[in-house]
Amino acid sequence: MIGPVSFSLDAGECLCLSGPSGTGKSLLLRAIADLDPHEGSVWLDGTASDAIAPALWRCRVGLLPPDSSWWLPRAIDHFHDGQPLSLDSLGLEPGLLGEPVARLSSGERQRLALLRLLANTPRVLLLDEPTANLDPASTLRVEAVIGEFRKTHQAAVIWVSHDPAQIARVANRHLRVSGSELREQTVEHNT
Amino acid sequence: MITLSNPDLAIAAVLVLALALLSARLQADVSRQLLIAAARTAIQLTLIGLVLKTLFANVHLVWVTLMALFMLLVAGREVMARQKRRFRGWWGYALGTVSMFLSSFAVAVFALVVILGDTPWYTPQYAIPLLGMLLGNTMNGIAIAMDRLTTTAWEQREIIEARLMLGQSWDEAISAIRQQAIRSGLIPIINAMAAAGVVSLPGMMTGQILAGAPPVEAVKYQILIMFLITVGTGLGTLGAVSIGSRRLFDARQRLCLDRLREN
Repeated sequence: MIGPVSFSLDAGECLCLSGPSGTGKSLLLRAIADLDPHEGSVWLDGTASDAIAPALWRCRVGLLPPDSSWWLPRAIDHFHDGQPLSLDSLGLEPGLLGEPVARLSSGERQRLALLRLLANTPRVLLLDEPTANLDPASTLRVEAVIGEFRKTHQAAVIWVSHDPAQIARVANRHLRVSGSELREQTVEHNT
Repeated sequence: MITLSNPDLAIAAVLVLALALLSARLQADVSRQLLIAAARTAIQLTLIGLVLKTLFANVHLVWVTLMALFMLLVAGREVMARQKRRFRGWWGYALGTVSMFLSSFAVAVFALVVILGDTPWYTPQYAIPLLGMLLGNTMNGIAIAMDRLTTTAWEQREIIEARLMLGQSWDEAISAIRQQAIRSGLIPIINAMAAAGVVSLPGMMTGQILAGAPPVEAVKYQILIMFLITVGTGLGTLGAVSIGSRRLFDARQRLCLDRLREN
């Protein structure tokens, strides 16, 4: 399990987190989003997580879990401001929004969940294997949409990924879980 | 009123015995439970009859209060026992009991003082049956609603957390579940009111009529009781579910299902 660690992230930076399953990467993200009781503290732009309302913190620090959850009948019901813009760039038909959520594939749900999160325009994105259910083409589209969001809004991203090629595509920095530590890895860009 | 003799009751008991034998022959596997429950009814009701007799003979606020407290504590235990998942520690007992106390006792005292207005207001002949009916129904409402709340929250924890992750407050994240819980607690009394007099003749009214009261007077009492029960059940359920749903989250509005334990 990841032990006491400390790291910081600049605006617009993308930090990839990798390492064996069960080492606490998801728990680390949950702690940063303040979903689990935790020791230590998390700061965003000089504000500690416990200094502002929890809902506001989670609006700014948005976590995308590996499996998406839906509580209303149709996907569109989960978007407050109407239809999201990037449907097309994610390869999603606009008609999907009106379908019963249960009829969508897990990959479609996962991409819609990303759009649902981005609609909050979080300052920090915590992505827990966001492309685990996706085919290679969709994976590239998701990477592009996240990259675009990161540039436009100067959002910081923490991205849990097991795929070295993906890490090489998206990361500015790469931390690997090794025992209880996070080891900084060199990022080899293949672009 | 026709007074019942012991042989009269014995005849009814023989009928229950016959039913038990019949179901044993059909291997229905309920004979044992049936007989134990029947025996409990006979013993418990005989005891309460004696207690009430003594209580009526010695009208004193202390005795009435002790009786009321005893009923409350038993009802509190019952609420706790009927939940699949309940809150850990003293919360598990206190939440239902305090809600019942606040709603049932408040409604009972209000009805005794303001509506019935007997002297003294705690005359046990009115106070104890009234409180008994209120507690019994409020207990059902709270037990059903709390069971629904905790069970659904447990099953839908991923949805609740997904809503929190999207920046919703605890209040929004649990709202649909809370709604369902309150609804399910109130449905029995709503159904009872809707069916009263058409499908079923309520027990209290029937009892008064058997005892020789004029039907129209019995009906007035029944309407009063129905309304009081509804208010008592409603307030108790609203209170327990509101406090219970808040208790599912900590100060940082994290879902805390470790505050529940399986019964």
